[in-house]
Parts: sequence; C-alpha cells; structure tokens
Amino acid sequence: MNNSGLDFKDFEETRPGHTSRGRLERILRRGEFAVTAELSPPDSADPNEVFERGAIFDGWVDGINATDGSGANCHMSSVGICALLTRRGYAPIMQISCRDRNRIAIQGDVLGAAAMGVSNILCLTGDGVESGDQPGAKPVFDLDCMSLLETIRVMRDEGKFLSGRKITYRPHLFLGAAINPFAPPYDFRPLRLAKKIEAGAQFVQSQYCFDIPMLKKYMSQVTDMGLHEKCFILIGVGPLASAKAARWIRTNVPGIHIPDAVIARIEGARDQRLESKKICIEIMQQIKEMPGISGVHVMAYRQEELVSEVVHESGVLQGRTVAVGTKAG
Amino acid sequence: MKNKTAPLTSYVPAGASHVRRTGSRYTLRRWSVRHAGLLEKVYNIFAEVFLKLHWLWNLIGYSRVERPIVFAEKAVKGFMFDCRMCGQCTLSETGMSCPMNCPKGLRNGPCGGVRADGNCEIEPDMPCVWVEAWKGSRLMQAGGNIHIVQGPVDFSLRGTSAWLSVTARTAAERDAARQAAKEQEQ
Repeated sequence: MNNSGLDFKDFEETRPGHTSRGRLERILRRGEFAVTAELSPPDSADPNEVFERGAIFDGWVDGINATDGSGANCHMSSVGICALLTRRGYAPIMQISCRDRNRIAIQGDVLGAAAMGVSNILCLTGDGVESGDQPGAKPVFDLDCMSLLETIRVMRDEGKFLSGRKITYRPHLFLGAAINPFAPPYDFRPLRLAKKIEAGAQFVQSQYCFDIPMLKKYMSQVTDMGLHEKCFILIGVGPLASAKAARWIRTNVPGIHIPDAVIARIEGARDQRLESKKICIEIMQQIKEMPGISGVHVMAYRQEELVSEVVHESGVLQGRTVAVGTKAG
Repeated sequence: MKNKTAPLTSYVPAGASHVRRTGSRYTLRRWSVRHAGLLEKVYNIFAEVFLKLHWLWNLIGYSRVERPIVFAEKAVKGFMFDCRMCGQCTLSETGMSCPMNCPKGLRNGPCGGVRADGNCEIEPDMPCVWVEAWKGSRLMQAGGNIHIVQGPVDFSLRGTSAWLSVTARTAAERDAARQAAKEQEQ
C-alpha cells in the first residue's frame, strides 16, 4: 500500500487466460458458483455510507454492483462508489449506462475506473429518463449497450480509443452485460445474448427471475447454442417485500416479470416478508441446479440485510468462504 | 378507447409534435415491416439503378445532388418508415423497422424493458421497434444481418443522404476491385 490507497502489486500482471486481475473473474473461471449483489447508492456525499452499505455483504458476495443512476434516479455516481470500494479492497462491478454520458465521457470514465482498481464493468443501455425522478432531463444514448461493449473491448484488447488514438496503458477489465429472458421477443433473446458475446461480453447478469419454467426454456436454447461456454451467466434474484410491493414493481418498473402465482403465494402467507424470502431461496436453489448457469446476482433493494440470509440459507456457496476486502479488484 | 395524446415524454416522435402522437400513426411503419421481404427486393433493384447512375451523380457532383436527393429520401423513407435521417441507414439489417425511432436509439436489439404486449417501455402506445424488426427480418432473404453488431452512430452524418453515401461507397469498392483485377492481368 502507498498513499494512493491502492495496492500497486495488483497492477503487475493478469493470470493466463484472464483479462482482468479481479476476484470475480478468478472465481468464475475456477468453476465456482459465484454470488454478486447490488449496492444501493447513497443520496449523500459521505463515504462512510458507502462503506456501511458495502460491509453488509462482507463474507457473502464475490462482487458488488455499483449502479449508475438506476431507474433514472440520481444517486452517488458509480465511478465514485467504485473508487471508494476499491480502497477497502472490495471487488466492485461498475455499471455504465448509456443514458447520461456520451462516448467521450464514458471512455474517460473507463480509464479512470481501471486506474482506481476496478476490474469489472457492466455495460448497460439504461432506463429511459422518463422512469426517474427527473423526467425533463435530456436522454443521451450516444452509444447503446452493444457498441459500448465493443468500445471497451477494443480499448482493452487493442489499446485504442474509438477514434483509433493509442492508449499507453490498457485497462484490464472483465466485461459484463445484462440479459432479460423475461421480456418479448422471447425467441430473439438468446440470439441477442450471442450478439452481446460477439461484442465482448464475458459475463452477464440477468433481470429478476421469478419464473423458473421461462428461464428453463431460455437456458435450453442458450445451452443448445453453446453460449454458456463462451460467457458466464448469472441470474438475478431477490426477495420481494410484500404482495403489494410486487404488484407495484410489476406495473411500474420496466422489464420485470412476476407471475400471478408468485404474488398469490405471498398474499396467502401470514408473514409476507418471510414467504417472499422463502420463494427467493427456492428460486436460488433451482437456479443452482440448472445447467449452464454460473452464479446468482442478488438484488434486495432497501432490504440489503437479507442478502446474507438468502445466500446462507440457500447454501449456494456450498461452504466456500468468500474473501473480504483482502485484495483489490 | 385509445388516448388521443400520449403522456409527455422527452422522446420526440418522427417529425411530429407530442400532441399528434396516437396509435394510428404506426400503421404505415407496421405495413413496411409486414412487407419487409418485398421491400428488400424493391430496394435491391433501386440500389442497383442508383449505382448505374453513378456516372451521372459524378458528373453533376455528389455534393450538388445531395440536397434534392435528401429531400426525396426524407419524403419517401419518412412516409414509409418514420425515418429520422441518421444518414447511415440500417433498414436492411433491422427488418425494415427504423431503429432511430427507439427512444433509446438502440441499433442492436431490444432493451430489457419491452412490455409483455410487445410495446415500448417509454412509449406505451408504440410497438417496440425491435419486436417489429425481429418480425421483419424473418421475412427477408438477408434477415440474418440482424445479428451483425452495429457500431456507434456517427452523428456528424445526420441529415445526409444514405442512398448517395451507399452508392458512392459501392462504386468506389467496385472500381477498386476492377483496378485490382486489371493489375493482376498485367
């Protein structure tokens, strides 16, 4: 360590076959079942709030997603959160959304983040500004998630900006993308994953899964195409707070599919919160057994303390101990 | 009953005010997608004719012919596809559904927010541009082109004629190939 707060030993070399020095890539390539979680960014300039929110996951997750204005709501930036998390040795997954920044800003952020020790970047298109708290904002969408993936891949593999100008020290990154098997056109979704892999995706995290049969259908197509061998697939899961919350999410948050049966089951339970936690654990266990899946991505917005509980009770880590803040990346 | 006006969003419909945004406006766009196979054939013939006229464009000068062609291209493609004149047309790769009508400007496939009924997350009345594109591409001979990764849009080409730029590029490629063949003979 030196006064920059970063361990420069980590800047030396990547393992053979790896494109980043990060913990997440190492665990996935080793064939372990990975767990990632989403940190809800504070509406504050206090770094301790970020550290507190990160500490909730200590010992339970292999990577922490730092969202980039998710739902088009303004919070602390993903670059800022990642910069703080790497100082404490966490393995953040920096989300980049195309909604707010153009290609010039994004490429600069990628270099800055890599310099701060970020090893994982998740390329997203982003929600429309209309769904957030500032609907009058100008939507940028200069790149889309696909061209963003390709842009960063070229920066890493060829050491060039989009313009062709040279980068003197390349960012070592593990590139991710999002998938949503639960939105139409359903038969195109696996083909879209193939396209994302071609553009540079090495891992994908999915939207919330509440419908196992639908996921099975998607995954059978994916495994038939052999896509699970080219890319690590992490499926999004999370506990719902109540039946009312589930209904609200279903109608107000774009792209989330919750079957009526799930809502009915929560509604019929005496303790709705406990029942939805049970559902989440069951889904995690079923996902663990499904071929072609490399991990789960736990999203527990405003109930982050449940993440450790569902990971523990579902047993998806199979007794594996997760490193806590020992090594940057 | 369908709303006469959609809720206000920052998305600007093709050449129309927010007030004019109603379901019926998508009729022609959807017709074009349903007839993507036919339009593909028509376009291929049209592109060939345009290429044959390369000498004429060259004679008048590509820059001088740009304005009238842009006028015609805007009128025809605007009418049929709600074209936004991005200047780098991908209709042949996107099942004859113009991707610039996507409020997120996606040129590589649908986002994760598509509604269960296949409509747009931002414009609830509008069928998702990419759900349409996937339908259209399956009617086209070169429909597999939908799987080609499209690079970032060059916004400096906005408002220029894609017809002319494609013609000029194809002509240049053709001439280069001829030149190479000639050199090989010698």
